[in-house]
Amino acid sequence: MITADPMDVPYVEEFRFLPDYLEKVKALIANYPPGRQASAVIGVLDLAQRQEGWLSRTAMDEVARLLDMAPIRVYEIATFYTMFQLKPKGKYLLQVCTTTPCWLRGSDAIMKACEHAADGETFSVQEVECLGACVNAPVVQINDDFYEDLDEASLKKVLDALKRGETPKPGPQVDRQTSAPEGGPTTLRSE
Amino acid sequence: MPKIKIDGVEMEVPAGITILQACELAGLEIPRFCYHERLSIAGNCRMCLVEVKPGPPKPQASCALPVADKQEIFTTTPMVEKARKGVMEFLLINHPLDCPICDQGGECDLQDQAMGYGFDRSRYHENKRAVPDKELGPLVKTSMNRCIHCTRCIRFATEVAGTEELGATGRGESMEVTTYVEHALSSELSGNLVDLCPVGALTSKPYAYEARSWELSKTESVDVMDALGSNIRIDTRGAQVMRVLPRLNDDINEEWISDKTRHAIDGLRYQRLDRPYVRKGGKLAEATWDQAFTAIVDKLGKLEGGKIAAIAGNQCDAESMVALKDLMAGLGSPNIDCRQDGAKLDGPRGSYIFNAGVRGIDQADAILLIGTNPRWESPVLNARIRKRYLHGHCPIAGIGLVEDLTYPVENLGTGPATLRELVAGNLSFFEKLKAAKNPLIILGMGALARSDGAAVLALARELADKLGAVREDWNGFAVLHTAAARVGGLDLGLVPGEGGRDVEGILAGCEKGEIGAVYLLAADEIDTKRLGKAFVIYQGHHGDAGAHRADVVLPGAAYTEKPGTYVNTEGRVQLARRAAYPPGDAREDWAILRALSERLGKTLPYDTLDQVRDRLVRVSKSFAAIDQQQAGGWDTFGAPGPLSDAMFASPIANFYMTCAISRSSRTMAECIASREEFAQRYLARARRMG
Amino acid sequence: MLADKDRIFTNLYGFHDWRLPAARARGSWDNTKAILDRGVDAIIDEMKKSGLRGRGGAGFPTGLKWSFMPKEVKDRPHYLVVNADESEPGTCKDRDIMRHDPHLLVEGCLIAGFAMRANAGYIYVRGEFYNEAQTLIAAIKEAYDAGLLGKNACGSGWDFDLYVHRGAGAYICGEETALLESLEGKKGMPRLKPPFPAGSGLYGCPSTVNNVESIAVAPAILRRGAAWFAGIGRPNNTGTKLFCISGHVNKPCNVEEEMGIPLRELIDRHCGGVRGGWDNLLAVIPGGASVPLLPKSICDTVLMDFDSLRDQKSGLGTAAVIVMDKSTDVVKAIARLSQFYKHESCGQCTPCREGTGWMWRVMERMVVGNARIDEIDALEDVTKQVEGHTICALGDAAAWPIQGLIRHFRPEMERRIRARTEKLAAE
Repeated sequence: MITADPMDVPYVEEFRFLPDYLEKVKALIANYPPGRQASAVIGVLDLAQRQEGWLSRTAMDEVARLLDMAPIRVYEIATFYTMFQLKPKGKYLLQVCTTTPCWLRGSDAIMKACEHAADGETFSVQEVECLGACVNAPVVQINDDFYEDLDEASLKKVLDALKRGETPKPGPQVDRQTSAPEGGPTTLRSE
Repeated sequence: MPKIKIDGVEMEVPAGITILQACELAGLEIPRFCYHERLSIAGNCRMCLVEVKPGPPKPQASCALPVADKQEIFTTTPMVEKARKGVMEFLLINHPLDCPICDQGGECDLQDQAMGYGFDRSRYHENKRAVPDKELGPLVKTSMNRCIHCTRCIRFATEVAGTEELGATGRGESMEVTTYVEHALSSELSGNLVDLCPVGALTSKPYAYEARSWELSKTESVDVMDALGSNIRIDTRGAQVMRVLPRLNDDINEEWISDKTRHAIDGLRYQRLDRPYVRKGGKLAEATWDQAFTAIVDKLGKLEGGKIAAIAGNQCDAESMVALKDLMAGLGSPNIDCRQDGAKLDGPRGSYIFNAGVRGIDQADAILLIGTNPRWESPVLNARIRKRYLHGHCPIAGIGLVEDLTYPVENLGTGPATLRELVAGNLSFFEKLKAAKNPLIILGMGALARSDGAAVLALARELADKLGAVREDWNGFAVLHTAAARVGGLDLGLVPGEGGRDVEGILAGCEKGEIGAVYLLAADEIDTKRLGKAFVIYQGHHGDAGAHRADVVLPGAAYTEKPGTYVNTEGRVQLARRAAYPPGDAREDWAILRALSERLGKTLPYDTLDQVRDRLVRVSKSFAAIDQQQAGGWDTFGAPGPLSDAMFASPIANFYMTCAISRSSRTMAECIASREEFAQRYLARARRMG
Repeated sequence: MLADKDRIFTNLYGFHDWRLPAARARGSWDNTKAILDRGVDAIIDEMKKSGLRGRGGAGFPTGLKWSFMPKEVKDRPHYLVVNADESEPGTCKDRDIMRHDPHLLVEGCLIAGFAMRANAGYIYVRGEFYNEAQTLIAAIKEAYDAGLLGKNACGSGWDFDLYVHRGAGAYICGEETALLESLEGKKGMPRLKPPFPAGSGLYGCPSTVNNVESIAVAPAILRRGAAWFAGIGRPNNTGTKLFCISGHVNKPCNVEEEMGIPLRELIDRHCGGVRGGWDNLLAVIPGGASVPLLPKSICDTVLMDFDSLRDQKSGLGTAAVIVMDKSTDVVKAIARLSQFYKHESCGQCTPCREGTGWMWRVMERMVVGNARIDEIDALEDVTKQVEGHTICALGDAAAWPIQGLIRHFRPEMERRIRARTEKLAAE
């Protein structure tokens, strides 16, 4: 959480939405009643972040302009919600859940391994609060995907694959179907 | 009206008020930090909790809960006590106990309420939070460790000032009140943040570590930095004005004042004229009063009245102006003017005052701004217009250079031609004005202080007549002045007499040698180069333009240094009081004129302030009604004539420096510099980061 | 055990396709028009009779909540808002609904929207659920394409638009008024109540905020009848419920079960038991992070429903069961929750902003016994100074886990303090 304009980030002269992103921005704004375009602020900031990899102040100012908001209101939003990255990040952001359900199942070791892997270029690491996949703990969200039921070995496999440029299969890294018990469901077996 | 019970006492209260307000009606003081009468309700400090039945089994924020019939409210139960003591403890755990070096000390809500609800020791053994201070420019000093996150400052900036620059970034205990991007606040009302801050997080930068509140003498007075006549309290220590604070007056300034009103006061310390001077060998030399008067008598005694002229400045008190007028009459001169800017105003009172009154803004339902930038000319009045805008259903349009006024303004055009079109009904905004019950036409000096000013005035009047804006129950013809002295001067008739010259005529006469002597009563806002070879007497308090040109300088008193009568733009007569004495040999201005008149053999017929004030009333009845707004007469005025193509432009090019005092103020200079500096700093950083 | 035929979430685990044809085969969108044709009053009445209590944690009767909406639409439109900001630690059920059976939710939105006279609905999905949101968006598109949403939805004559709104990482946005603030493009800071959302909610218009699961079960209730739903579970605690069992069980999982199922049965039957056997159980947090934990002695017999857990001074919450075996540092487990609440406090009101940090710091010292015994009492007092004094329930949620810890594990806290004191004295 950054509460002041960070001085140790690259200065971005100009930010503009690329045409396809601008289309998405417009589509988002259209989701809300006329005059309520500020409702789209989270979504539009997210699009800016997806385009650039992080949110520069220049980008926030552009979002404010597009949505006819005072820039400070956009800064408030960007510093309130934890998914906004106000500094450049590595290619993969390892968001390690360490809240109690994940901690009970070994997130300390996962966090340590992720910190070890974080080089700032390929991997950046961020400790996050409950990701909402508690029955598949421990969980690491890597960019948009959840990697679940991790241990140090399976995490290493995932990270190694990412490093090789592959996309390892998200979801449980043990033999189970999503949130069903390992070894097969106890219910819904009568087809 | 709902019937409620507060602490067992039954009472009837108006529907729609909050429990906190009801408690106040009952004479109970409910502690609070975030709640403020003039801001939206935040309900975040949780200090005002009370017990309410029926309701959930927990205390309720009284600031936000509307009263309901048959409610029972308890303000002293153990539940309430526990809640308030708890909140107080929470507020204090991260608050530095640096009261001994805090400028808020002695007038701090947290300090005061801790007396009632605080513990005598702390149970908090962890480290206190450290919050970086913020740079908000030259007026507001921050000490953010002290911030209790009440968000009053944010709400003020967003709602009242209309400059949405302050916010709270981050969240939880990391939440910080900030501009995020470091820059000086752009509001002309930013000093009010300091008053609103219930703790010492935002304090006055120019006043930092200058004094403790209990050392100061407090004098209730009136501001002269613009024509609004904001009610102020002047705090002095010894001879020095330490600070200026707003006084509550809902008819005028509510409880706000502009940054110039508050912070130009250091200008009272610099460039002061503290003794008479007489020019000798081209240079001003120190002199005694006697020498100075002798020099004047020597010169004026030889001149016939028609060759003598007088100009009164923008901040003159009515007493000195009437004395000047009487003296000029005694000398046989019709050449007198109080309109340094050449505004074409000399008609009946209704033609030159803000007839609707400041309160009238609240009732207006369509507003037209002609040749005025109220944000610079009167920031507090501008905030009132913004308040009206926020209330809704009030279209606002402008003719002339329309800047960011903190509310949207439809720009109709730039000059007289647009006004003519509007009067002819050719612009759609005419229909909006016509449809309004209470249309308000605000006419600024930018429209009147020009060669075609009388024609513009006539057009504006025509518009008002066409709209039915001047009726028994409503007068929407409103002149917004920039000079605190102007309405008083016009009331007293400080305009050229029969065959007399106005300011332009006086200056032209000086250039041509037709005027031999000019008496400048604190008049610095004229082109002194045009005074030619005339003998110039300057009576005033600052070594500004007028004194530099003068042949004789008579040291007068600034507005904080004399009892004076001022008439604001509404035509409301108000009394300023003396908070400090003028420096050195300087004297009250009417008394200087009285003394000089004796030396000139034209002794003025008053010896005391009371006698001068009697004279004021004899000259104009309006001076009899202190603090009241007197309705103005409404007969013919203005002069239809050719219109210029030049656009209407506010006479104020720089809000921070509009008079001798503010021009001498280092604080005001810093305000100007800081905007530039922040822009530079951002550029420098941009270059550094590549 | 709940019979498979009584299960609503028949694709809970995603063994089958989530798309419209498969969802239809499972019974979704089956003559939805007929349900809507019954009219608003009949629908709300049926929902009331079903006894469905809100599945987001507070357990407020859903039908009653719907009935709070104004009886006619005046100058302000009505809005349905679905709370899919699933963030309560331990809880991961709505995620399964959105990714594996989104049409249950989408159809529920139409019915609920109709019942509250709303022509538009927003589903607020937590930002981290990016893929889930995409699935939901795709499902909504399918529904539009099939004429199930939009103008004259399902041929009912009712127009209904449905939008997905993504959050960006803030637990507090699960609080309904914070969610509305966030939806309006502001920081997720809870509003003062009154006014309540049914009077003045989204954009100041009448609105109702419901949990995903509450909405997703509505179509089944209306198809199969209130009596069917009310016949499952216990009085005042009816129906089926998605449970999320995490922590120290052999097979953590989500499962749909009957309300009121004994905790032990839930764990033993579906999760392969507690790690190391039932006797290795230390404590259970039965309803998500914000409810007080229960020691094993209570877990032995307690039933999993609102009233039974309330009687044990805990709560069903979101039915997120966090199991801790005897290897658990229980003080640390609760301290981590205190850190969570400190991190997620919005910072708006004093007791929560200041109190959550204070409680967490003291809890961290308690973990290592770096405290005095009387600081346990002081800590409990601080939790009581937070509880009930805040704008929203996050303050309470931060206070309760600590109160539960002190209630049931005070000897353990004291033991650590004494052990550290003795160790320091010996050195």
